[in-house]
Amino acid sequence: MTSPAHMTCREFNEFVMDYISSELAEDVRDEFERHLQGCANCVRYIETYKITVTLGRLAFDSLQHEPPAEVPEELVQAILSAQRNV
Amino acid sequence: MTSRDVAASVPDEASLVAALKARDPEAFETLVRLHAPRLLAVSRRMLDNEEDARDAVQDALVSAFRSIDRFQGQSKISTWLHRIVVNMALMRLRTRRRKPEESLEPLLPVFTEDGHHAQQFTAWEEPVDRLAEREETRRVVREAILGLPEQYREVLMLRDIQELDTNETARELEITPNAVKIRLHRARQALRTKLDAHMRRGVQ
Repeated sequence: MTSPAHMTCREFNEFVMDYISSELAEDVRDEFERHLQGCANCVRYIETYKITVTLGRLAFDSLQHEPPAEVPEELVQAILSAQRNV
Repeated sequence: MTSRDVAASVPDEASLVAALKARDPEAFETLVRLHAPRLLAVSRRMLDNEEDARDAVQDALVSAFRSIDRFQGQSKISTWLHRIVVNMALMRLRTRRRKPEESLEPLLPVFTEDGHHAQQFTAWEEPVDRLAEREETRRVVREAILGLPEQYREVLMLRDIQELDTNETARELEITPNAVKIRLHRARQALRTKLDAHMRRGVQ
């Protein structure tokens, strides 16, 4: 928890995304990190936020490892003909 | 040409891409025969309707060929195609969606008057790579993303899954880069709340 003079959790929350992508200006980043050091709740928030972003990416990437399907020849032909008609 | 013929005569990726860029129709057929099997598997996992699944694969391959000049060769062509088919499948989902969309507001953090979080958060104990290994978790994450209101789902898919940058996403959606950032942050926060419920169930 921070004193009113410092960044509040609400303000902290607005900067979370830019902090993660290293887009915060230096002075804001210092304030942000000061808040982070003193607020365990925001530490848990930002950690779970980061996991969320990673899981979102991996949840769909992992579909890439699906075993390939048997493609009906009619689908192949439909795709080739759709391309010709573009 | 059968799939066995294709396998016997697979060109290396650079020559295939070069032939595609030269608009060679045979190269397109090779691309289709090589990649449609995986794309169809992905598409079927995202769409419960076979016709939609096939249409998404068709749209993806035709659109990939049309925009092949945008393929820079920094990733493998299979990765690039994968992202396109995921996007096409999402577009189909959007038009076929029966369930009403949830509202985003209840999924966003609430603050007290003096600016503190009104809620105490719980850490997710398991490391992210362990979480991501589990198909159950990945399925929950996919469903949570697909259940987000459209404008948030779109931004999240383009930025976090297709990994476009803010400006590319803004152009794609015809909104300002600032609107992209605001929506993305809200989408991620809402997704975090949805996953939080799952993580807690996992802990019990």
